[in-house]
Amino acid sequence: MRASRSRTFALFIGVSLTGISLAAGQTPRQDSATAQAIRQEMEQLRKDFEARLAALESRLVAMGGGQVTAPAQAPAQPTAEVPQGAAGAGGPSGALPVYGNVSAASKIFNPDVAVIGNFLGASGKNEVKPEPVLQMPESEVSLQAIVDPYARADFFLAFGEQGVDLEEGFVTFPTLPGGLLARVGKFRSAFGRINASHSHQIPWIDRPLVTGNLVGGEEGLSDAGLSVARLIPNPWVFLEATGQVFRGDVNDIFVSNRRSDLSYVGRLRGYQDITESTNLDLGVSYSYGHNGSGLTEGADLTTGLYGIDATIRWRPLQRSIYRSFIGRSEVIWSRREQPNGRQDATGLFVSGDYQLGRRWFTGVRFDRSDRADDASLRDTGGSWTLTYWPSEFSQIRGQLRRTTYAEGPTATELLFQFMFNIGAHGAHPF
Amino acid sequence: MKRHAFAVGLVAIAFLLGGPVGGQGKPNVVTTTEDLAAIAREVGGDRVAVDFIARGYQDPHFVEAKPSFILKLQRADLLVVVGRELEVGWLPPLVQQSRNARIQPGADGYLDASVNARILDIPQGQITRAMGDVHPLGNPHYWLDPENGKVIAQAIAGKLSQLRPADKPYFDQRLTDFTTRLSEAEKRWLAAMAPYKGFKVVTYHRSFPNFADRFSLDVIGYVEPRPGIPPSPSHTLELIQEMRRQQVKIILMEPYFDQKTPKSIASQTGGQLLVMPPSVGGEKTIVDYFKLFDYNIDLLVKALKQAGTKPAADH
Repeated sequence: MRASRSRTFALFIGVSLTGISLAAGQTPRQDSATAQAIRQEMEQLRKDFEARLAALESRLVAMGGGQVTAPAQAPAQPTAEVPQGAAGAGGPSGALPVYGNVSAASKIFNPDVAVIGNFLGASGKNEVKPEPVLQMPESEVSLQAIVDPYARADFFLAFGEQGVDLEEGFVTFPTLPGGLLARVGKFRSAFGRINASHSHQIPWIDRPLVTGNLVGGEEGLSDAGLSVARLIPNPWVFLEATGQVFRGDVNDIFVSNRRSDLSYVGRLRGYQDITESTNLDLGVSYSYGHNGSGLTEGADLTTGLYGIDATIRWRPLQRSIYRSFIGRSEVIWSRREQPNGRQDATGLFVSGDYQLGRRWFTGVRFDRSDRADDASLRDTGGSWTLTYWPSEFSQIRGQLRRTTYAEGPTATELLFQFMFNIGAHGAHPF
Repeated sequence: MKRHAFAVGLVAIAFLLGGPVGGQGKPNVVTTTEDLAAIAREVGGDRVAVDFIARGYQDPHFVEAKPSFILKLQRADLLVVVGRELEVGWLPPLVQQSRNARIQPGADGYLDASVNARILDIPQGQITRAMGDVHPLGNPHYWLDPENGKVIAQAIAGKLSQLRPADKPYFDQRLTDFTTRLSEAEKRWLAAMAPYKGFKVVTYHRSFPNFADRFSLDVIGYVEPRPGIPPSPSHTLELIQEMRRQQVKIILMEPYFDQKTPKSIASQTGGQLLVMPPSVGGEKTIVDYFKLFDYNIDLLVKALKQAGTKPAADH
């Protein structure tokens, strides 16, 4: 404030001087030259002052303090009309924001940035899949913003202890004609429900055994490709069909040796509110791609995955921040062609999570899954979780897990997780 | 190859089924809360179809982004939001998945009702989440001031006239009528509250700053130590001491929070706990915007009388 007050004072002096110099306009030449110089200086000062004032105003608006003069929701932003024809093609109509205007408020176009830290601990003994006692396996950095009136972009970078991985990075076109929702980039495929979820969205520390054994390992199916989803209008339920095409390289499950070795995912999802507080979500998924098992023999062998998933939610609206229940289950069948014959493996999990209070949750999960490359090997397991939320932005979770591996050993472990979120992480789809 | 061709075919057929929804006729107005729906009904009358997402008795900060809401949004010609980041946790994915270009932020069918409203509690200086779940753009519970109700109605009328220019006189006339009735009711409410000007209260969440400001209540503290953080024992003790010191006898709370702590505070301070619905639909009898204030003012005045409170003379 002090700076602007002294500026005002300087301007006042300046204006007075300009007046004096104008009054002295009839005096000799050098005087008029001096007046000219002063005038130029004043002009410079005025411009400087105006620029600073504009910057302050836009900062005020960006801070939300500008509701007296201008609505804070609409920062001083020039607009342009939508080009003719664009509106009819399903694009927006009316005024569009114009980007790239020079202003101190330009930072507001920076994407929303958030980091979710994920710290894990493990105790107990596991001879088959030992995890370190303490680790920071991945910190998810998200960058999300609206690209233009037709698209938005989301990036999720996974910072591990060893390096960085592009977990997801895609552009979404929400306003395509024909009611299509399209996505291009690298993203988690729509096969099943758990696969598309990030680790901070799932109610456990680990992913179910069936994900690890049949659906692309611990990380799940995530690949570069295209996705198109459409709602199927009908008078009864919410029905969405999704079709996706990927390059066809996902860990060991899909291997692409030629450009034509693409992998495909199809999913049909139905949703219905049973009552105001209870709803049911059902889905069937299919995925197909090439596997690398016949490479040495020169055979082109494929893997087909079939899945059914069901989620039932109960959340009484009036008490929704204190009580809720979610039951989940997925059953997955894998048909993997191998040089030694086709392996027909099955896997499933069933889980229930109950909210005990505003910040406490508990859950159980049952796991069973054959191995994709040898269906005669079956792992089973069970887990119990307890979760505490100090606030919406952090979470402490313990998981008691008992796994019986096909090789024989049984592992009983206590896993611990601390998750914390800084920044503005966008809301996830339901 | 056959199998995947079959699957691709199935998906393709699914895509081709049915055309996009939409059409002329009554514009579909979808609001995020019942309050906005109530105001939209006042202005739109029988020439619009109004629907809403969050029920009046649920916490509008925590709404599940159910796919059934996507269907509502898909058909919407106008989406009216409370704004000020109230819906930030659930609305964006719904709008994005709605496949509805008309209601995307920035499009003609998207209305932020807070734009011209009087907003309180705009944080000054640096804000961090150490302050709890603060709303950086100000307190979003601004509809609890009838003056803001008029501003919201005006904004909705403007949008409706833009969508259906032929009905502009109708909407204008309904707006004038609503504003007049609201001004009359407001006089009545202010008169009822006038004897208790400057009366000190405690609220659970910061849901009532606009209400307190309009009806001259003095909010001296909150049951939540910080917005969105449940009560802690130390904060509750401090609050009880402060309430005793300042002789505060009324605690206002929203229906969706746990009553355990506020009840215990009330019993220890000899005060009363009032469950005040902050929204239309918060109680069965609150069916419109007028009833919201009727109910709450009535509740407050009764409690103040019952407490044997003398009108504050020192204010």
